Amino acid sequence: MRGRSAPVLGLLLAWSATAAEIPVSERRSGFDAMSPDIQAMQQDEMANPGLLWLQDGADLWGKAPSPDRPACAGCHGEAGASMRGVAVRYPVYDAATAAPIDLEGRINACRARHQGAAPFPRESRELLGLTTYVAAQSRGLPIAPPDDPRLASARAVGKALFTQRMGQLGLSCAACHDDHAGRRLGAALIPQGHPTGYPLYRLEWQGVGSVQRRLRNCMTGMRAEPFANGAPEFVALERYLMDRASPLPLETPAVRP
Amino acid sequence: MARTLISVPKTAEAGEIVTIKTLISHPMETGFRPGADGRIMARDIITDFTCLYDGEEVFRAETFPATAANPYLTFTTRATRTGTLSFIWRGDNGFEQTETATLTVT
Amino acid sequence: MPRLPNRRRVLALGTGSLATIALRPVAAEAVTRTETTAQAIRRFAGDAEIRPGRVHLDLPPLVENGNAVTITVTVDSPMSGEDHVRRIAVFNDKNPQANVITVHLGPRAGRAAIATRIRLADTQRITAIAETSDGRYWSTSADAIVTLAACLEG
Repeated sequence: MRGRSAPVLGLLLAWSATAAEIPVSERRSGFDAMSPDIQAMQQDEMANPGLLWLQDGADLWGKAPSPDRPACAGCHGEAGASMRGVAVRYPVYDAATAAPIDLEGRINACRARHQGAAPFPRESRELLGLTTYVAAQSRGLPIAPPDDPRLASARAVGKALFTQRMGQLGLSCAACHDDHAGRRLGAALIPQGHPTGYPLYRLEWQGVGSVQRRLRNCMTGMRAEPFANGAPEFVALERYLMDRASPLPLETPAVRP
Repeated sequence: MARTLISVPKTAEAGEIVTIKTLISHPMETGFRPGADGRIMARDIITDFTCLYDGEEVFRAETFPATAANPYLTFTTRATRTGTLSFIWRGDNGFEQTETATLTVT
Repeated sequence: MPRLPNRRRVLALGTGSLATIALRPVAAEAVTRTETTAQAIRRFAGDAEIRPGRVHLDLPPLVENGNAVTITVTVDSPMSGEDHVRRIAVFNDKNPQANVITVHLGPRAGRAAIATRIRLADTQRITAIAETSDGRYWSTSADAIVTLAACLEG
């Protein structure tokens, strides 16, 4: 897949022009279509199981990885102040690596650069916890894509991936989430596919997972080979998806069926 | 230690009925599911939850594989006097965890 | 709006395939129950008569994912020393095991009201039974239709 993507990119960009984008006024969170009991599970501060992960993150935020290195709080102070408005901008451009970086990647980069600590594995309890804690500080804020020209190529790649047919079923993200959102696949409503609440608690997972885990599910469902955890393709797709979801409010930690 | 979240009102009037909500991190593995290797994964569930009010049992639940992962349970108790509420979860593989909260009765 | 000519057809085909795949059961079907729901209820209530009434069971009629379904059970009772609910038990009829939860309470509970989240392996009937301090049993039932997510983690 990755080997093939470069030569066909031009073609993909041409295809993307045919995708029907959802106008800003018609963008809807998957929350709206959920049954009232699952909506209540998300909104009740004592019933949302994602808060178990969030609390793990809150503890990690204040804990130094080693005695001579600062905790997250050592540099950033109170997350409620310093991290509010951060997650709604991600993924952003990381000057140090001259590449786009998602929130999980930023946390791990911070660990390496400032805490002298090994990265947490993607989908680990620790990384999901910290990411949930950081993202939840922006709960209720509208998703606000950065106006950064250095992200232009990631946006283009993300959009191309969104509209590219892949896998044995010949589907694309757009074929479901642009062209058929609001209709049903089996008994389930096809959502517009906005990543407004990640990391989120999915009843199917019986736990919290990242947007990349969700994207891997989608690719497996399309009978395509998923990209690796943290792959640049996923970061590009995340960038496009957050542009496409703007300005819906962030819901982390959301609950979904 | 499993992560727990417990909601108890900080204060209550004497005689008031208070609602207590509890959440605990636990996989509640049913013992009926095949794992990646095709073999049934061993059961690993919480089997018992007890709430004590100053050492006296006021609520107890027996739980089964039909309880969802990361168990959530709400119940009520009548505030009688300022005291300690203890929450004890027990389960398979020697799982046992106790948390406490103070209820101040005015 | 311009559209690739074969997109609709390809999607229709894909939709059918996905829908078929999604019909696999949530829980292992091969499990044989060691106890029927009726037997589990008798183990709870003995030979006592179980009457309809007093018990209220609330659960969503349409369940989007059977892994976590919020249920509440309340029982009409003064919860006094002389007249209270001793036990409430909830049973299912399609999971691999009939018991869902059994709670023990008394006058100190103030109210006979609980909420929890349960697993439902399939569309089925849930029954809640309460034992009151006079040794009588009361019950109610509710049905839940479990729909399956179209895109399950493979």
